[in-house]
Amino acid sequence: MAANTSRRVFGAFMTGATYSAAALAILPLAAILSMLIVKGAGSLDWNFFTRSAVPLGEPGGGFANAIVGTLIIVGVAGAIGVPVGIGAGIYLAEFGGGRVGWIVRFVADTMNGIPSIVIGIFAWTWIVRPSGHFSALAGSAALAVILAPIVARTTEEMVRLVPNSLREAALALGYQRWRTSLTVVVRTAGTGIVTGCLVAVARVSGETAPLIFTTLGNQFFSTRVLEPMAALPLQVYVYAVGPYDEWHRQAWAGALVLILLVLSLGTLARVATRRRQAGA
Amino acid sequence: MRIVSRGDRLYRTGLTTLALLLPLLLFFIVSELVVGSLPAVKQFGLGFLTKSTWDPVAGQFGALPLIFGTIYSSLVAMVIAVPLALGAAIFLTEFAPRWLRTPVGTLIELLAGVPSVIYGLWGLFVLIPLQRDILWPILRPVLSWLPFFKGPFYGPSVLAGGTILAIMCLPYIAAVSREVLLAVPAPQREAALALGATRWEAVWTVVLPYGRAGIFGAIVLGLGRALGETMAVTMLIGNRHEISLSIVQPGYTIAAAVANEFAEAASSMHLSALVLAGLVLFVITVAVNACARWLIWRVARGSAVGSAAI
Repeated sequence: MAANTSRRVFGAFMTGATYSAAALAILPLAAILSMLIVKGAGSLDWNFFTRSAVPLGEPGGGFANAIVGTLIIVGVAGAIGVPVGIGAGIYLAEFGGGRVGWIVRFVADTMNGIPSIVIGIFAWTWIVRPSGHFSALAGSAALAVILAPIVARTTEEMVRLVPNSLREAALALGYQRWRTSLTVVVRTAGTGIVTGCLVAVARVSGETAPLIFTTLGNQFFSTRVLEPMAALPLQVYVYAVGPYDEWHRQAWAGALVLILLVLSLGTLARVATRRRQAGA
Repeated sequence: MRIVSRGDRLYRTGLTTLALLLPLLLFFIVSELVVGSLPAVKQFGLGFLTKSTWDPVAGQFGALPLIFGTIYSSLVAMVIAVPLALGAAIFLTEFAPRWLRTPVGTLIELLAGVPSVIYGLWGLFVLIPLQRDILWPILRPVLSWLPFFKGPFYGPSVLAGGTILAIMCLPYIAAVSREVLLAVPAPQREAALALGATRWEAVWTVVLPYGRAGIFGAIVLGLGRALGETMAVTMLIGNRHEISLSIVQPGYTIAAAVANEFAEAASSMHLSALVLAGLVLFVITVAVNACARWLIWRVARGSAVGSAAI
């Protein structure tokens, strides 16, 4: 009986330990989000969104150039990376049974594991060095390289979820394979694919490492993709490690905007998924 | 399936082209890294991996402290993250009340979505002061005789970098472990319970051993993330080219060195050395990730478990 009691006590203790492990796992999220709001929300004013960085000592100044820069850089990255990813994903789901499919799948998984800083080096040697100057385009290219394999794998998963009977029905009606694939299979998987793309874009929009020596950052407002451009995560990094309190204050505000951007993309994705499930 | 019409052929060719862009891109990445690092390879050879001097002015580059720091900080991260992630995964699959499972799981997933630079910012202004001003004064008298805690603690350190890495890898390890534990057949648990085991004993003696390979895969996957993580570590680890067992001392990682020095590198040899360091990091992470995928695949056997999480 005594042995039994001690076993039960130990079991209860370990169960409690898993409760606290879960609580400890969530604690940083709560701590980070609350700090972002406490330290960042106060600095979000009209200036922050409408003005670019000003020289130190001048009042005001904001992140307008960085916010617009990030939208442009990520937009261009999406325009390059998403079509490639979706195409490769459809290929994997529809024709990917053979050796080529195996290789592409293996490569996509391998690329997903490459550290983003290494992709940054690649973009530098591939675009920045030959062209002789830093550019937003090089940063977009780096982000597109990160984006494409993620999109490819999620697209594949989504297209695979489409029941074969749908495909067979279309084929039985005399549809050609390509038309079946595009208008029936891919369309059915459409919301899922969009969700996957949004999640992937959310992930790369917070990337900083591949931008440091490609887009470089810019003190001024610029929309030219062939020149250095400011980016939100980059600006947060520079201001955070800089020595001035004013910079730190703005870094918190910039980080708050960044996480709102990332989380809203993620939420959008969740809403899209839920609607699909509700409709199905 | 036989391809008949021209539209079919066109469709398939188009998709194949897009799909083949990925292997082509990977080939480009590897070849650019190799070509870019050739000058450094010629100059330093294997000494690059075994020497400790990193002096851009004298043109001497040995990456041993970087490689050591990369692995060491990731191991520190694993020591912190693995118990918590496994505990959270066991909680989510075995003990949590049903209504709590989805929200807690979602929150842990959200943790994976926070950008690295925000972890760095938070670490710099919240975590480091916390460790330096509150934790260290308490722990120092107890731990400072250990070689891992020798020397003064100024803040930026392997400990700070490792802690932030732990927080960042935790969701990956927890998510994959959870999938693995969910894949353990219910009769296994029931058999243990029927034999009189407590619920914890069922988990410890049956469920965990059953999912061992997959859980190990989840941990290796987290390790792969930690090794290549850049921004948060760059901001917290202290950036010092030295090898020290003490985790309260500053260290350096490959990724952090590249992030710090690449844009400012003046000589072409410095650049080449950094590209070579990047190539070393590439090889390490690709090997670790392949290992993780293999372990998870062995458990999942083609189901979507592993690939979705990776």
